[in-house]
Amino acid sequence: MKPLLRHAGIWIAVLLVLAVGLYPAASRSPITRETIFTVLLSVGLASSLNILLGYTGYVSFGHIVFFGLGGYVGFYALDVLGWHLAAATLVGGLAAGLLALLLGLSILRLRGAYFALATIGINEAMKAFVSNFEPFGGPVGMELHFAIYQDYGGAGQALWMVYWGTVLIALAAVGVSFLVKRSRFGLSLMAIREDEDAAEVMGVVAPQAKTWAYVLSAIFPGMLGALFFFKQGIVEPGSAFRLHLSIELLVMVMLGGQGTVLGPILGAAAYQRLRGLLLTSAFFKNIQLAVAGLLLLLIVLFIPAGAVGWLRGCAAVLRRILE
Amino acid sequence: MKRFYLLTALFLTLGLLVACAPAAPSAPAATAAPAAPTAVQPAAPPPQVITIGYTVSQTGKYNVESIRQTNGLKLWMKQVNEAGGIKLSDGTILTFADKSYDDESNTDRVQELYTRLAAQDSAQFLISPYSSGLTSAASVIAEQYGKVMITTGAASDSNYTQGYTGVYQAYTPASKYLTGAVDLLKSDAPAVKKLAIVHENDKFSTSVVDAVKLYAEAQGYEIVLFEGYDSGTTDFAPFINKIQQSAPDAILGGGHFQDGSTFARQLAEKKVAAAYVALLVAPPEPTFAELGDAAVGIIGPSQWEPQAKFTAAAAKGAGLTWAGLTGEEYVATYKAAYGEEPSYHAAGGYVAGLILGEAIKAADSTDSVKVKAALDKMDLLTFYGRIKFEPGAAAHGLQIGHDMVYVQWQRDAAGSLVKEVIWPKEGRTANPITR
Amino acid sequence: MLGQLLASLTDGLLIGIVYGLAAMGLTLIFGVMNVINLAHGPIIALGMFGVYLGYTVLGLNPFVGLLLVGVLGLLLGVVIYTVAVHRVINAPHLSSLLATFSVNMIIIGVGTSIFSTSFRNVDFNLGSLSLGPVTVPGTRLAAALLALLVTAALYLFLRRTRPGKYVRAVANNRTAAGLMGIPATRVLALSFGIGTALAAVAGGLIAMSLPFTILSGGAYELKSFVIVVLGGLGNPIGALAGGVVLGLIEGIVPVFMQTTWVPVLEFVLFVLILLLRPQGLFGAQR
Repeated sequence: MKPLLRHAGIWIAVLLVLAVGLYPAASRSPITRETIFTVLLSVGLASSLNILLGYTGYVSFGHIVFFGLGGYVGFYALDVLGWHLAAATLVGGLAAGLLALLLGLSILRLRGAYFALATIGINEAMKAFVSNFEPFGGPVGMELHFAIYQDYGGAGQALWMVYWGTVLIALAAVGVSFLVKRSRFGLSLMAIREDEDAAEVMGVVAPQAKTWAYVLSAIFPGMLGALFFFKQGIVEPGSAFRLHLSIELLVMVMLGGQGTVLGPILGAAAYQRLRGLLLTSAFFKNIQLAVAGLLLLLIVLFIPAGAVGWLRGCAAVLRRILE
Repeated sequence: MKRFYLLTALFLTLGLLVACAPAAPSAPAATAAPAAPTAVQPAAPPPQVITIGYTVSQTGKYNVESIRQTNGLKLWMKQVNEAGGIKLSDGTILTFADKSYDDESNTDRVQELYTRLAAQDSAQFLISPYSSGLTSAASVIAEQYGKVMITTGAASDSNYTQGYTGVYQAYTPASKYLTGAVDLLKSDAPAVKKLAIVHENDKFSTSVVDAVKLYAEAQGYEIVLFEGYDSGTTDFAPFINKIQQSAPDAILGGGHFQDGSTFARQLAEKKVAAAYVALLVAPPEPTFAELGDAAVGIIGPSQWEPQAKFTAAAAKGAGLTWAGLTGEEYVATYKAAYGEEPSYHAAGGYVAGLILGEAIKAADSTDSVKVKAALDKMDLLTFYGRIKFEPGAAAHGLQIGHDMVYVQWQRDAAGSLVKEVIWPKEGRTANPITR
Repeated sequence: MLGQLLASLTDGLLIGIVYGLAAMGLTLIFGVMNVINLAHGPIIALGMFGVYLGYTVLGLNPFVGLLLVGVLGLLLGVVIYTVAVHRVINAPHLSSLLATFSVNMIIIGVGTSIFSTSFRNVDFNLGSLSLGPVTVPGTRLAAALLALLVTAALYLFLRRTRPGKYVRAVANNRTAAGLMGIPATRVLALSFGIGTALAAVAGGLIAMSLPFTILSGGAYELKSFVIVVLGGLGNPIGALAGGVVLGLIEGIVPVFMQTTWVPVLEFVLFVLILLLRPQGLFGAQR
């Protein structure tokens, strides 16, 4: 088999993200950029979640805690410590990864519903804690002084910079997701997903593998959080640790196909696109959530493998080129 | 096989959605812009329709205040357009149309929607959403796109220290919301010594109570309880038990309409004895009377009350420019349009439009930079009171001309609930009572 | 201090019993079919609106309204089970979580478009009862008493009636129960219905004394999670105890510290119990 074809899965995924990401640069239109930004943010978040959810089979309901924490830490670095955006983004990712490392050692012992519940608890505990934590502004959060955007060549320029940062991180998340899937490490994760006890018998060091998967899946959301809240100019506990967003991410991964590289990308794009359409149509505005819910229910009940998983099941040639 | 086709169809639909992602979104759900009735004059430049963009909390916890605010703004727009619009010196006639979305009282939606207003709907001017939290989210976008935004229903001081150059506040800032209540206690209730401050943990209420705490302590009051509750709290029992324990003579605080009226109701249910209770935002709303007995004696700061008497003559005496209609006219036209008594939120919405109109007149242009210069120089008297903005960079756009009044719900001779102005002393319609 | 403590204890106890009733619905469903019902919150909210609409539109006394809410809740639960849950009951956890969450989205979506997200009040006043430092609004006292009554009824149903015994048998071992001739599917649907009815009735009880929106259920859903973990997942009577514990925490902690720290304590406790004592505070070692 030709090497190019063997890697068709990753090329399709990366080129798709790149093509969508470069589109606003061609049109220079802020509104297109805003639309694509939302989509790519979700692509990055959903691809990261997929590492834990899709490969390892652990349902993290409170994954948004990493986005929120990264956002807060990054914001603190920007606002109080006066760091550059790039450094703040990195430290946001680092903080999220560190939290995942600490948490992973304890809560990944829990299985199934117990783990899912624990992640919800952690997100809520973090939200309540930050609301009481004065260095982070307590319940009212923090605001950036507008002058900070001048350091990046004005607000308009800063928004483009955030956008390119998001494109890069989304690409990185997709790339890492592919590398993990193709690696020995990924294989042990999937063994854990199929049967954790059997995997341990076969020599997989499950606690270690799970923890690293958790850390990997936390770093990108942390970085995206820092970028996102820099763009917002304001960070509050409620918007940083919004459980609902967490669940939307699960929906995206399910929609596209858990455990595939391409799935979370398609799922995120389709979900955000659908939501955008429903939100701006006069008819669907109020009922959009119900329509999205109905769609999700149909997918869960009838095509639990998601779009990509289903396509892979259709024909052998698709199985080869879709990851 | 049938299932195969069904699924293929489903995925094709999804695929299409993804494929056309970058395309401009379809027709947004905006309120219909009223057709602008303009008389075309020959030789003069073509008339322009100026779009004012804003979001309304049609739903969610701020919907009572926000809808009133929008009503006020729409009334202003209707009156200006019916009077033939604003005429610039080069003969251009400006009329106004609005574009708005529902922000659902939710910060997350605000930035998305203001970006849409500024970038896609090409709104020339923006009005803030209701509440300080939503407004600080909107301010970032307004500034990023270089738009002028008049804020109303957004009192928090901190929004004006973030370096924005185009954000102007119609309300008296939060730091002055309850200081008058302390003055009132000092003058009319010398027996009051101990204060409890219980407030919502949001931007606005926090700025209010931080300021009033300092002020009251400086006046020699003892603060026996100072505590915040999360936004969205519905059960105040733990706070009320704490209040009972610390036995204050007066309670200050609250937040917005929903929590404030719930708090007042539960204070009555739990038979709290404090003689004076002053709450933010909720009491001046006419619907507060639905609480019945629980409303009696509750004091609230108000940006404006129908009893206010600012006149063109007073403006002349003080050397200020008078703008707009009189208080009586405002109340009458608002009642005619909406069939209810206007609250201060409605007046704030109207005045936001009025400020914008006067600034455009003064600038003789719709150019943002010129309008900003006119706003920086503005010093007006209106039915709503004086309007003047801080021109300095440290707190640019902060309202420094306008003052608060304080109302209290009382029972009149016939036993029905009425809202009386009890402070400042000169404007008093009744003496304060204890609960 | 003693007065405040007594008042806080009473408040916490009364509201805790109602929390416990809500959580009982969640834990019953989990115990019987190992499904975490993420539509729990919206169902609580529907119960609130049921009592509200009965009171304002039909002029029903809230207590009569509650009865109606209970019956409708049972039917709704059976429908939800049949449409959304039955197909995924043996699938991995993610499927049932997402299936019930999609029901959550559908209820919230339809509810928001009908009721908007504005606050509602059931303007129903039973006066207040005072005893020394303790003052209790009548509606809260009634709510707690009714919640106890419903709990007792549930206990008797599970212990003394044939369908109740079927429910316990299916919870114990679905396959074995099926082999014994118990109609497992119908029992599962019934259990989901009862769980839903409990949540809806609890919502109705809360609505009698506190304002609410269609989104209010979310907060009580989170509380229910904490409670079921405190009481042991799948243990209905443990849920009542868990509810009382949570209510007491909410009542007493504010006496000693800022009230905003309560949720921090609650959720840290929640995670710790999951880690250290997953069978719950009151469950036996399994």
